[in-house]
Parts: sequence; C-alpha cells; structure tokens
Amino acid sequence: MVKNRVSMEGSLAVAEAAKLARTDVVAAYPITPQTHIVERLAQLVADGELDANYIPVESEHSAMSACLGSSAVGARTFTATAGQGLELMHEVLFVASSSRLPIVMVVANRALSGPLSVWGDHSDVMAARDCGWIQIFAENVQQAFDLVICAFRIGEDPTVLFPVMVNIDGFHLSHVIEPLYLLCQEEVDKFLPPYKYPYALNPDKPVSIGAFGMPNIYTEAKKSQDMALRASKNVILKTWQEFGKLSGRNYLPVETYKVEDAEVLLLTMGSFSETAMIAIDALRERGEKVGLIRLRLWRPFPLEEFQKAVAKAKLIIVLDRALSFGRPTGPVCSEVQAALYPLKTKPEIVSFVGGLGGRDISAATFENIIRNGMEKAKSGRFDELEMIEVRQ
Amino acid sequence: MEKVITMEKNEVPFEEYLAPGHRACTGCGEMLAVRLIAKTLGDDVIIANATGCVEIVSSPLPTTSWRVPWIHTLFENTSAVASGIEAGMKAMTRKGRYSRKTKVVAMGGDGATADIGIQSLSGALERMHEFIYICFDNEAYMNTGVQRSSATPFGASTTTSPAGKQSIGQMTWKKNLPAIVAAHDIPYVATACPSYPLDMINKVEKAMKVKGPAYIHVLSVCPTGWHSQSNATINLGRLAALTGIFPLYEIEQGRYKLNVDPAQLSPIEEYTKLQGRFRHLPPEVLASIQERVTDEYVKLKKKAAEV
Repeated sequence: MVKNRVSMEGSLAVAEAAKLARTDVVAAYPITPQTHIVERLAQLVADGELDANYIPVESEHSAMSACLGSSAVGARTFTATAGQGLELMHEVLFVASSSRLPIVMVVANRALSGPLSVWGDHSDVMAARDCGWIQIFAENVQQAFDLVICAFRIGEDPTVLFPVMVNIDGFHLSHVIEPLYLLCQEEVDKFLPPYKYPYALNPDKPVSIGAFGMPNIYTEAKKSQDMALRASKNVILKTWQEFGKLSGRNYLPVETYKVEDAEVLLLTMGSFSETAMIAIDALRERGEKVGLIRLRLWRPFPLEEFQKAVAKAKLIIVLDRALSFGRPTGPVCSEVQAALYPLKTKPEIVSFVGGLGGRDISAATFENIIRNGMEKAKSGRFDELEMIEVRQ
Repeated sequence: MEKVITMEKNEVPFEEYLAPGHRACTGCGEMLAVRLIAKTLGDDVIIANATGCVEIVSSPLPTTSWRVPWIHTLFENTSAVASGIEAGMKAMTRKGRYSRKTKVVAMGGDGATADIGIQSLSGALERMHEFIYICFDNEAYMNTGVQRSSATPFGASTTTSPAGKQSIGQMTWKKNLPAIVAAHDIPYVATACPSYPLDMINKVEKAMKVKGPAYIHVLSVCPTGWHSQSNATINLGRLAALTGIFPLYEIEQGRYKLNVDPAQLSPIEEYTKLQGRFRHLPPEVLASIQERVTDEYVKLKKKAAEV
C-alpha cells in the first residue's frame, strides 16, 4: 500500500471519499457549514474527475427526495447537509430508511434556529435520532474520509440496505485542514463493490415501492425494520475490520481512551473527543483514574459494547452538545441511562451540556467538567443536568 | 358546436398496466384517466406517485395494482423523486449499467401539484429533467375528505371552504397551474380530460416524444367530492370543456392550441347544476362566474390565435 499523506480540509476529504466511491448521483442544496463538500463535488463533476449527475435541487427536502429516486433506480447516491437542512429533510429521512435505500449523507453538524446559528453542535442530528438511519460520528478529518467510504459498503450490503449518516462537526471538522492518508482508486474499488440494489425500479422486473400499510401490517413492517437495523451492527463491525486490514486504521462502535483501571469516564461524541483526551492526559498525570469513552456508532445503539466498556467504572460524566428542552437530561445522557438501567451494578451518571452553537470547549474546561462531575457524584447531586460556562 | 378533434391514432392500446381491483370510488374520473394513461405509457416506464387518491387506492400493502415499476414516497416531493430517478438512470446509462430508454413519469393530485408540491415541481421543471408530470386535478383534497385546495373553483363548497350564511364557499379563483408551468418555458404543456380519451392519449404520446419536461393537467371528475352522480362523470368532463370552465388546450414550444373549441360556449349552469358543491350559489354569483369564465376563454382564444 502506497501511503498517500496529504493536507486537506474536512469537507474536501469527504468529497474525495464520495469521488473515490464512484458516486453516480449527488443531489444537494447549499447550507453552511456543509457548502464546501457540495461545491467540491460540483467542481469534480464539472472537471470530469467524477462521472456523476449533480442535481442542484431547490431545497433540502428535494435533495433527500431526489436521493430516494436515484437510489431506488440503482444509482449510488450521496448528499450532505447541516442544521436546518437536516430538519427540512426530516420526513424524507424516515422514508429513506423504511424504503431501505442505502443513501450516504454527511451531516456537518450545526445548531438549530433560533437564534439563527450557523455554528456547530449536535441539535440537528439528535432531532433526527429516531429516523431509522445508521448514524456514525467522526472525530477528525481522517475519520471523516474513512467512515464515508465505509458507509457506502455498510449501507449497500444486501443484508443491510439502510441509509447511512456520517456526522462531522460543523466548522470544527468541515472547515479544518488536517493531514490524512488518502486511499487510491484501486484500493477503494477493491473494498467497495459496485452498487447493485436488489429491488431497483426497472421495467424488466417491476416492483412497487412505498405501498401504504393498514393497521394489520404496519406494526410488522416496523418490527422488521427495527430488527434489520439492529442486525446491521454485525456488518458494520465486519466492514470496519476489513477497512482496518486495508488501511491500518481501526474503528469500533464504542471507542475508549485510557480506560484501563479508570473509575471515572467522560463520554463525548464527535470532534470534541480529541480535546477531551488532552484533559484526560493531564488528569492522569496527576494520578486521577480517569478515561474517555466515545460513541462512534449512535444508531444502531451498540448496547452490548457500551455496557461492557463502562462496566467497571464508578462514574460516567456525559457531555451532550444538544438540549432536550423540558429534559430530564441531555439526549445522549438519556440513552446512557437507559442503556445502563437494566444492569445490577452500574456506574453513576452525571450530565453536562455544553459546546452549543459553536462555543468551544477547551481542555481546561474538560478538566473542570470532570472535577465538577466527581464533586457532584461525591455529594449525590444527580438530579439536574448542568450547562457549562453559561452566563447567568 | 364542438369541433372534431384531430386524431393521430384512433386505437387505444390493448395492454393493461393498472390491474383491476383497485379501490377507487364508483365513477372516479381519475382512475379512468390513470388507466388510459398507463396504457399509453406502456411498459418501459417508471412512475413516481405523490400521496393521494391514486396512491391510496392502488397500493394497500402487500398488494399493488401496478404492473410497471412504481414508487410512492411522500406528498410534496414527487417531482424531486422523479428528478432523482431520471438523473440516476442517466448516470447508469452513461456508465453502461442501464440500456433502456425508460420514460420517467411523476403523478400527483391538485394538492400535491398546485399547493404542497409546487416548489419541487418548479425546481424539476427549471432543471429541465426529462420527465412527464401528470396532475390529476379533482379540485380539492379528496383523499382526506374534500378540503379546499388552490385548484378548487370559485364558489365550490368543500369541508374547509364550506358554504354558509356568511360564505358562498371557495372565495378564490382556481389557480392557473398550466400557465404557471408554461412560464417555465418547458417544451410541452397540455390540459386533458378522460371524457376526451383519444385527445388525452394523443397528448400523452406527444409528451413522451418531448425532449425535456412535459406537463399534462387532467381534470378528474370526482363524484364523492363534487356531489355528482357517479354515472355523470363522463358528461361532466365534457361539459367542463364545452362551458369553457376547463378548456382543453396544449402549449407546444410556447404556442397555444385549443383542442376543443365550441363555436358557442354552453352556459356554466349546465355544468354546475349537476354538482352538489355549487348547489348553494345564488344567480348573481353564478353570473359573475359566467363572466369570468367567458373572459378567460376569450383570452385563451387570443393566445391560440397568435402565430
């Protein structure tokens, strides 16, 4: 394998991955901070470097709708969006998953209005949590590139056939230039077989897609969808293993950092994890038994892996980058609580929310969060989530 | 009198692509049109269908009436879905993975076309995708129980524009969707009605030959929503054209042509008196409708006279 190390903006790396995947159709609508991805793809098509049809649709709703059509006819389909764009797509997302169309979408995660904010947080993806897509989080540019290539193979696996959403933090990943190793076309071609949709719209073998369900069949349809989504985890694991063999870069549904002997675990998702690692290192140097746990796979929720990863900890400190208004707690923390509730012995859980609307969280702040969380646990204050660094 | 329609072909195709046994109401003009149009389109077609009567009556899971590839996703997006189908087919054809010359057809009701889906329709027309859009206009949201749409005619009583002491029913004039579509400068726009089956078939055949988007607006008589006799459907469709309320015309490369052009328009009462939705209208309102219909028809005739 020839190591092709380059410096590239996150958005361009995503576009490069979609190009190497030999995407047939891109249907997209511009929205900050996703624009660089689709601009780049449009340019690649214009320059003849990507043999695809680029549909410059008139809205995100139509972007995802056009993706339904192109994927259903058997074309490999890619799109990208962010924030309000994902919300405008919302109802279409559910149809993509229930129609089992393996569209790949990158979401450059962005806060939701109002007040209007183009900057990053996880409000958009958390509002789309239950849309039935496979949902994956990247932490840096290299991962964004790798996980997009893997997303096509996972979604298009004949036993999976689900759309896949790869989340990259708006600006923090979409607009940052980092070094990464690219794969060459031959490597990607070997890893990613051509898309062959088994139920494609084709006059040779007419199918009806999207029939309506009466009460006597709807529940069964939904159960089979849920079973299939949960079963997709095996293909996700296998795909990432094979990708590891190809690239030397390994991905897991739940990833850990310095968790051996850790009594306290900080839980993050997305690009903030790398800053959190600096805080973990500093606290470790001072003898604190702390570690970091990151959810890479958000849907299907990796229940077994998660329970196993946190089993020995005494305390989990969850940082959410979205609010659930009227909450019992943050959206990720709620899931963590639900995942651990059935266990006889389980860690205690403290909930924080921060990094909303593009506000940075420094390594020093992560240290404060961990210390604060440990204090709260010591005094038994588990009732309220705390919003960090917020002016009163 | 009614002018004789020129036929390019006087045979209806024998094959059926919409299987019998669907669940449309008795006397449904819409499914009559769908059946004839499906026959004309033939087997090399992919249909994207908006949510609505056609979708519901033809597809209760696990059954389907469709013998051609068919996809329904949502209400307002069928033009965008068709865009994706067309683009996907083009990409696969270029890459040697698709060899047919399949026609892409989008279908929706008046709500799906004139109201909630007008944005995606406009987008797909503006991008010049090669597809035929067929609007089945039964002049209200019939599938949800006869609520008014922007295609509901002035004076019609619907469940959300009910006639009452303070209201004559729908207070706005029917949105002129063919004109809006024609403003996109697409190569072919037509109005049609299954009461004139051969005219409708000819128009579908023309639309299939067009390079770029084509649009056909089909008046679909709805006994359920119009409160008309189910055996009056064909007659009502004819009266709609003969009164000038729903003129049958086509716009080819911007040039208008009237397909049914009576020497004298029949009075609108011949049409309205057969429908419960207009029953409440007093003579002065009917007169104002007559005036508007006549004016609009004169305008249309002027356009058709332009060379």
